[in-house]
Amino acid sequence: MDMINIKINNIPLSVEKGTTILEAAEKIGVNIPTLCFLKDINEIGACRMCVAEVKGARSLVASCVYPIEREGTEIFTNTKKVQDSRRTTLELILSNHERKCLSCPRSGSCELQRMCHEFGIDDEERYAGENPEVKVDESTLHLIRNNNKCVLCRRCVAACNEQYVGVIGANNRGFDTEIGCYFNKDLNETACVSCGQCTAVCPTGALVERDQTEEVFAAIADPEKYVVVQTAPAIRATLGECFDMPIGTNVKGKMVTALKMLGFDKVFDTDFGADLTIMEEANEFIERMQNGGTLPMITSCSPGWVKFCEFYYPELLPNLSSCKSPQQMTGAMIKTYYAEKEGIDPKNIVVVSIMPCTAKKFEVKRDDQDAAGLPDVDIALTTRELAKMIKKCQIQFTKLPDSEFDPALGIATGAGAIFGATGGVMEAALRTAADTLTGKSLDEIDYKEVRGTDGIKEAVYNVAGTEVKVAVASGLSNAAKVLDKVKAGEADYHFIEIMCCPGGCVNGGGQPIQPASVRNFTDLKAERAKALYEEDINLPYRKSHDSPIIKQVYEEYLEKPGSHKAHEILHTSYVERERY
Amino acid sequence: MQKKISTLPFNGTPEQEAKLKEIIEKHKGDPGAVMPVLQEAQGVYGYLPKEVQIMIAEGLGVPVEEVYGVSTFYSQFSLTPKGKYNISVCLGTACYVKGSGKLVDEITNQIGIEPEECTEDGLFSLTACRCIGACGLAPVLTVNDEVYGRLEPKDIAGILDKYRA
Repeated sequence: MDMINIKINNIPLSVEKGTTILEAAEKIGVNIPTLCFLKDINEIGACRMCVAEVKGARSLVASCVYPIEREGTEIFTNTKKVQDSRRTTLELILSNHERKCLSCPRSGSCELQRMCHEFGIDDEERYAGENPEVKVDESTLHLIRNNNKCVLCRRCVAACNEQYVGVIGANNRGFDTEIGCYFNKDLNETACVSCGQCTAVCPTGALVERDQTEEVFAAIADPEKYVVVQTAPAIRATLGECFDMPIGTNVKGKMVTALKMLGFDKVFDTDFGADLTIMEEANEFIERMQNGGTLPMITSCSPGWVKFCEFYYPELLPNLSSCKSPQQMTGAMIKTYYAEKEGIDPKNIVVVSIMPCTAKKFEVKRDDQDAAGLPDVDIALTTRELAKMIKKCQIQFTKLPDSEFDPALGIATGAGAIFGATGGVMEAALRTAADTLTGKSLDEIDYKEVRGTDGIKEAVYNVAGTEVKVAVASGLSNAAKVLDKVKAGEADYHFIEIMCCPGGCVNGGGQPIQPASVRNFTDLKAERAKALYEEDINLPYRKSHDSPIIKQVYEEYLEKPGSHKAHEILHTSYVERERY
Repeated sequence: MQKKISTLPFNGTPEQEAKLKEIIEKHKGDPGAVMPVLQEAQGVYGYLPKEVQIMIAEGLGVPVEEVYGVSTFYSQFSLTPKGKYNISVCLGTACYVKGSGKLVDEITNQIGIEPEECTEDGLFSLTACRCIGACGLAPVLTVNDEVYGRLEPKDIAGILDKYRA
């Protein structure tokens, strides 16, 4: 390694040659503000917030993309010149920014707002001028695009391209530049997969999830309605972040308490649905293996991925597992099995789900997701919306005691818990498939090769004497690489797990927003996933088929995995979609 | 200004498509291939309709939004077809102060299209251009290669009639 000695704000330090100023400063605890920079995916030096002075350089440099190459380089990140430049940049951004901060959903988590505060912007109108109002795009089920609050940082564009979707980009030129879709279409007319990664990286309120919290409050307030909530595996690993708890804190107990305090009639665990998914999916996989079915089989839990497949790889739709996602399975079981058992008319049940995902808002409206003749799930909220509800009700989240899920559909296994991380579904399915095929309860249940945050993981396992080749991909650009190999006949996988978002649901588009200053220096997906693998180890049951509730629902209701009834309630179908 | 997108039906020929495929093949894999491909495609089709942009995106393996973004960034790219007769009204400083804006309005009144549009019968298109170096004749317009100067709105009808034969 080629090390050089430099000084930042007169503090001497030694860094690898080629390190950017931004990275070097971070090492000694000097924060440099950024608006456009996202490590690895948006390194364009466009916003000019990160400017710094380099001794001997003619002008200020963008520290996010300025590599330090010279021994003895002296850098200053806080001179008056730097401060003045940043202030001017902010004032210019504000000159055509819709400054309705009090009612903005990102108030408090807006990176622009925080910078204006930190830099003491005292005149929002310094560069007042033309400020044409542009149309707000409310066309989709999952998000709202308000370009009046856009700062043209292009983080959303980078995230969308990183997802191999690329339906938003910068159109037109100069003052007319705006982030939009091809041929000026509304977002719902494009091949957007609803993943919401753009909403997770937007520094301002230009891209926000469609807020459905008021619909939920209304349902809870309606005495006719029996309102049931379910929470996805990945929520417990991230919700704490909305209340300033450390990244990777498992807040399952507090979350359940908060949901009960919000007034839900029952609090169930989507991990139960995950276990059910495994029962059906493992069975489907074994059947396909034994009966010459379409292989490789590909998981179908991630609605962003499913929509991506429908748009971009329709020829692989027969490879998709016909299993509904855990959200939909849980909802379907609530409105059929649970409703019958408790004697409740499913028409009066409102199923709310808390998901790490914006695509779940799309999934609940899909066709063939209505086991009881009613939508399996009525309203899907993101982690962020749940936090909003908790805050609205003035619940002191961090002080809450722990509670348990309601037992009817609230007991789950470690296999269900790890669904929230990339590789988790594969591992959970293999645990069940291996036991089913051997007819034994195997002790070797850790499939470590499919864990971790690598975008693509491959492994070969011997499952009851049969060689099973698996691949796990997260993030749609990685998925595309794997699928292209399958299409070209260059890969002979039997089973593929695909998660739409990089790292899986822990890094989903509906997860708590972390500012770029955290995202750029912390591996969010790894920290959050740890919480789920810890939960897996500590649960009494770690295989889906060991869950007492799973046994019970098959005995009392579903007969066996893959039965006619199971197909009616727990499986679905897909459609090819037009991209343009 | 936002670029207008043609709403007229796409009438590409198989010959044009074959040429476009050649162009795409020639540039495929080059960094920044979108811009030269768009430029040559405009040479083939006269403009860059959606259908062509989609073929370019698919051919180069880039998102169609990237193609659209580039096509709307550069002023030389047109997303609307040119008519058999393209009327180009100079909106340069000299022509503008001499009232060329009113000429544009009059043309719009007469043939029902705004700048960057083409009539449905494909006879006329209208563009607003910058100084063409004929300031002495201001206000000026050209119809294809013919120049008309010192115009007033009342002259427009007669000029249009010449091409309607």
